[in-house]
Amino acid sequence: MDFDFELIANSFPLLLAGAGITLRITVISVGLGLFIGMFVGIARLIKFWPVRFIARVYVDFIRGTPLLVQIFIIYFALPVIFKQRIDPFIAAIAACSINSGAYIAEIFRAGIQSIDKGQTEAGRSLGMSWVQTMRYIILPQAFKRIIPPLGNEFIAMLKDSSLVSVIGFEELTRRGQLIIARTYASFDIWITVAIIYLVMTLTISRFVDFLERRFKIDDKN
Amino acid sequence: MIRIKNLHKKFGQLHVLRGIDAHIKEKEVVVIIGPSGSGKSTFLRCINYLEEPTEGEIVVNGIPLNNASNINQVRMEVGMVFQRFNLFPHLTVMQNICLAPMKVRKLSAAEAEKKAHELLAKVGLSDKAYNYPDQLSGGQQQRVAIARALAMHPQIMLFDEPTSALDPEMIKEVLEVMKNLAYEGMTMAVVTHEMGFAREVGDRVIFMDEGRIVEEGTPDQIFSQAQEERTKSFLSKIL
Repeated sequence: MDFDFELIANSFPLLLAGAGITLRITVISVGLGLFIGMFVGIARLIKFWPVRFIARVYVDFIRGTPLLVQIFIIYFALPVIFKQRIDPFIAAIAACSINSGAYIAEIFRAGIQSIDKGQTEAGRSLGMSWVQTMRYIILPQAFKRIIPPLGNEFIAMLKDSSLVSVIGFEELTRRGQLIIARTYASFDIWITVAIIYLVMTLTISRFVDFLERRFKIDDKN
Repeated sequence: MIRIKNLHKKFGQLHVLRGIDAHIKEKEVVVIIGPSGSGKSTFLRCINYLEEPTEGEIVVNGIPLNNASNINQVRMEVGMVFQRFNLFPHLTVMQNICLAPMKVRKLSAAEAEKKAHELLAKVGLSDKAYNYPDQLSGGQQQRVAIARALAMHPQIMLFDEPTSALDPEMIKEVLEVMKNLAYEGMTMAVVTHEMGFAREVGDRVIFMDEGRIVEEGTPDQIFSQAQEERTKSFLSKIL
């Protein structure tokens, strides 16, 4: 089979722009997911059970259903109820950040629980409130520990964001589909798309390794 | 200063404290001894509500411990030193000491640091202010933990087996700091296995077993003329 390098070269700018959009949607979604995840993760540890229950339902529902179905619900099902079309970009961001938030909530919960109970006791015994103890003592320590799983979540989201192509949102995968629809060069384009994803994920995982090492050294100082 | 009435604590089926009545007077050093599992740590931890009593009444400085705002108020006045130090590993010694005074007592950074330097001098660690906890020995960490608790200007200090996690050669430096504190008139409740300390510094010794106070009295009464069989048998094993 001949690899059509000329076609690849011609399509490359389009695909790269798609990769840029993939990266953007991932950064925004994981960013929002971090925010959601931090609060939900903490909510899962709160004594007041209704809060814990709601957080639990959210996490279970999101982790127990496919992202693809969640995208369909947001893009196709919700507009039926609200009688209002949703912009694909908004729908993509909403689906991905709500999805990411649930996974990150579990990362936060585990990170917070991994901090020795004595830390909370020390904070509380000094008269600090629960919120102060969380903010100044527990979360700073938990953050360092959850960097590797957060990196994994980022990489997973980067790949899973390809699913938003089904609602016509033009990220990397969708761009590939569109070029193939025009040129029928299925093999060449999908391989190229895969390589672009691979370059992105490998780069990010190196970066996460670097962060992890840096924080380890910080810990010792 | 502290008044405890009919204190009970259950962990599930386990009845750890079975009705404790006790009081601690101002400037008094009360040493609590007893076999492991006798409930002495739980008793101490109930005083600042790290453990929530199942039943009973605790009044610290006239403030009954029964709701969240009271509890934080009392904790500001009650310093606690833990067996495992529990210093904050992500903060320097200075930050460990200044955090609560700044966030809870609302001191300025300058005020808090000035106070912290005084306290570090007092525990003999002036040169370690900008080190991180894991760069210090166990004894040094425990002395920082004492300074951290003192920075809140507590009226009472609770010590929960402060030397049990230390190598033998470091025990003395921590006991020294505690002794000086006692001589300065700090009100203290100390759970410990250091009978030398109990004898020398304690105003009153409480012997606990199976969740009850078996016997209490001056160090001399407990160590030399114990009345109860259980007290005698415990002391004969450790002295």
